[in-house]
Amino acid sequence: MTPRKLTLLSLAALAVCWPLLPDFTVSVLASIALYAIVAAGLVLMTGIAGMTSFGQAAFVGLGAYASAWLCTSPHMAAVWPPALPPTLLPWLGLLLGLAVTLGVAWVLGAATLRLSGHYLPLCTIAWGLSLYFLFGNLEFLGGHTGISGLPPLTIMGWSLASPRALGVLAWLVLMLALWALANLLDSREGRAIRALKSSRVMAESMGIDTARQRIRVFVLAALLASISGWLYAHLQRFVNPTPFSLNIGIEYLFMAVVGGSGHLWGAVLGSALITLLKEQLQDLLPRLLGASGNFEVVAFGLLMLIVLQRFPQGLWPSLARGGQRLLSPFMSLAGAPGTSRAADEAFARRVGKTSPITAFNPPAPPLSMPPIPPAETRETLLDARHMSRRFGGLIANDKVSLSLHAGEIHALIGPNGAGKSTFFNLISGVDRPDDGQLVLMGQAMAGKPAREFARLGLGRSFQHVKLLASRTVLDNVALGAYRSGRAGWLRAMLRLDRHEEAATLKRVRAQLARCGLQAHADDAAGELSLGQQRIVEIARALAGEPRVLLLDEPAAGLRHLEKRALAALLHQLRAEGLGILVVEHDMDFVMTIADRVTVLNFGAVIASGTPAQIQQDPAVLDAYLGGVLEE
Amino acid sequence: MDSQIALLLGQDGLVNGAVYGLLSLALVLVFSVTRVIFVAQGEFVAFGALSLALLQAGRIPPTLWLLCALAAIALGVTLWRHYRGEQVDLRATLFWTLVMPAAAGGLILMQQQLWPQSLLAQSIATAALITPLGPLIYRLAYRPLADATVLVLLIVSVALHGVLVGLGLWFFGAEGWRTTPLSQARFDWGGVTVTGQSLAVVGLAAGLLVLMFLFFERSIVGKALRATAMNRVGARLMGIPTELAGELSFALAALIGAISGMLIAPLTTIYYDTGFLIGLKGFVAAIIGGLASYPMAIVGALIVGQLEAFSSFWASAFKEVIVFTLIIPVLLWRSLRSHTVDDEE
Repeated sequence: MTPRKLTLLSLAALAVCWPLLPDFTVSVLASIALYAIVAAGLVLMTGIAGMTSFGQAAFVGLGAYASAWLCTSPHMAAVWPPALPPTLLPWLGLLLGLAVTLGVAWVLGAATLRLSGHYLPLCTIAWGLSLYFLFGNLEFLGGHTGISGLPPLTIMGWSLASPRALGVLAWLVLMLALWALANLLDSREGRAIRALKSSRVMAESMGIDTARQRIRVFVLAALLASISGWLYAHLQRFVNPTPFSLNIGIEYLFMAVVGGSGHLWGAVLGSALITLLKEQLQDLLPRLLGASGNFEVVAFGLLMLIVLQRFPQGLWPSLARGGQRLLSPFMSLAGAPGTSRAADEAFARRVGKTSPITAFNPPAPPLSMPPIPPAETRETLLDARHMSRRFGGLIANDKVSLSLHAGEIHALIGPNGAGKSTFFNLISGVDRPDDGQLVLMGQAMAGKPAREFARLGLGRSFQHVKLLASRTVLDNVALGAYRSGRAGWLRAMLRLDRHEEAATLKRVRAQLARCGLQAHADDAAGELSLGQQRIVEIARALAGEPRVLLLDEPAAGLRHLEKRALAALLHQLRAEGLGILVVEHDMDFVMTIADRVTVLNFGAVIASGTPAQIQQDPAVLDAYLGGVLEE
Repeated sequence: MDSQIALLLGQDGLVNGAVYGLLSLALVLVFSVTRVIFVAQGEFVAFGALSLALLQAGRIPPTLWLLCALAAIALGVTLWRHYRGEQVDLRATLFWTLVMPAAAGGLILMQQQLWPQSLLAQSIATAALITPLGPLIYRLAYRPLADATVLVLLIVSVALHGVLVGLGLWFFGAEGWRTTPLSQARFDWGGVTVTGQSLAVVGLAAGLLVLMFLFFERSIVGKALRATAMNRVGARLMGIPTELAGELSFALAALIGAISGMLIAPLTTIYYDTGFLIGLKGFVAAIIGGLASYPMAIVGALIVGQLEAFSSFWASAFKEVIVFTLIIPVLLWRSLRSHTVDDEE
């Protein structure tokens, strides 16, 4: 019994019972599906992409009002060609709703999503309020009384006038949406979406246009809301502004968060919980408090506080774990112990819990050292000239020049605070220099974003490891291969990307094997030691097939054997013609691997040359020993 | 529109803008010290105004029971943590959970018994009642989530807004209230009538601004708050208790909210849910200042006030639409000016 089978079984059971259920239950189930469609979009936004919106109800309203207006407007009736059946009108309404929603969501997204995360939700509050007032005050939308007399939906002559019939459509749409979203998340673009939440700087360095991805996620969630609104309008056959107010928008978010904002099924769970709870509380609370009003919002708010403080992942993971425990006897009956364990692990991963590392696997044995290619064949990959960066009065980099050739390992060293990290950020496009030029692969890079550096073949690791801790090592490394894929959102949703995905994962596994991580491919990245996580970062950079590799303290936290393996890997990469720039504190390591060393102190280059020259340089000795004495 | 109407509208806008300005300052303060986007700030405005109205009607405002309940829960939680051996700040706890609620209760009783008609006594009692709500809410709702992202803290704020609005409806009912004005005076300045209340609001708001400026520039506590806002870790290393800074900023936010509510209550009818819209307009102002700059927030508040006043004349049905849609071009402008990618905290 796998979760997938369990899902299908429950759905089949629901389908069988559907004609027998009482009318009231059917209409509650239909609204749960409508809410869950909206909440699923919010799960994608909030739990997975790390944005949020309180204004989804406004998008639901756009979808509902667009179709309501189109189906009832006398203008529309006047221009509608008599040759076409009027049953087409609601479908045209759906298209209009989607088009309007797309336009509005795109403008809102473009206005806010380049800024830091809290502007979008604030903007959606304002926007949710505005649109509610707008619906209530526009003459042609019926003002506060709304629009009544909407036609029912008809599919090939079948009328979906009854909630029982429309409910089936609502559940079908919900299942389709969940399937498409699950497919999307399990793809190249899905990895990019997940990366948005943890670190945008990292995602940009992998070549992902984060602002564009965020806008797309927001638009997709808005379109789902709009479809839900269209279904709602033709279920009720009447629209007014009330169900599209900010309060309802907030309720949608509660559904996603209470259910479990990191899990698509959390949307269904949350919608069911909140809908049923609301049903009960609307009767109970006014009687209890002796006054009439929407007091359920107090209960929901308190519920939210408790969930956020005690179950930050929402209720779905706890429920899934409980269900797994209940089902485990069946699971072991269903197949051989090995397969059931695999299923267990797959399930555990799906609910966000990863299996522990079974044993520490030593990295691959050191590779044989290939000969260094002759100097005359080398091409200059990266050339920084007189780069300066000032923070207020502090000059972090003062006219720093440095070049990197193909097939060399260049080390950048210097005491703490010398400006190495600042320089690293400048040459990887994360920060912009105040002065100076930077040429990468023969192109001037002034003012270009980090993803442009990635496009030209620059891969990097981060001093403070930036991995998606709960995702597998394989997933993390595959993110590095983002640029090599072509499959877009639509192909991913429709599962048309499998061929490409399989090829990508094969290459990613090869990179993992090369870095000695093959045994950890399916472990959660966060469970590895810090040293191993640094190697995962290198593997991720290599998955992008870079020509320039920037490594920020790759040897920090590595054991002796691991350092030897890393040195061997770097030598192998050099032999393949990569240019590698390493910032490192471990002098033994630097002096063994580097072809050239540049020393920074107080933001300026004080020496540059071979390791042997640097070790003799009086200025360097003074900087290091002087620094030690002062401390 | 003639110049007289324009002057009247301008005056209206100035009065409202002054109140939005006060609120936007509180919002910027709370955000920079605690990273909390305190959407529920507006509820303090409504609670302040409506508590004052009930005191004027000779009734004990139910916000007092809310204060007692929150204080009891906060005290219970702290004692429980202390019992379990965790480190707790008993002095601050006792101050906010026993001393302040007792003072609020005492002031209300004194006011009702001794000076039932005195607006000053009523206002002081209201301020004492609302102010400790801020730190108590901070302790119960936000402190357990100190490491959460700005986004989660914002969701908490919205949940709190729901709770407080629902409680407001229960406490004060669905009908609106107006309080007695500070001044009934009317002046005729060159054909334009200026009410004493408007002058009082603008004057008091300006006075408060100066007081806050002095507090942040001169007093050691104010400087500590500013230091915390600039760099939390650094402030902690300098020995500034950042949790106390959080409580203090929430106390200031609640106090400012209560004062704003009391200033505006004689001018417009306040319902249990009016505060939210007023608070959000403060937000629009704060966003114009990028949630960081105090002077820009004040400028933003004045713009919002004027926009609201004039749009209520030209297109009164769309007043709120126009004010809240202002946020979009403002954000677009900020967005076009920003080049680097922010990493979320």
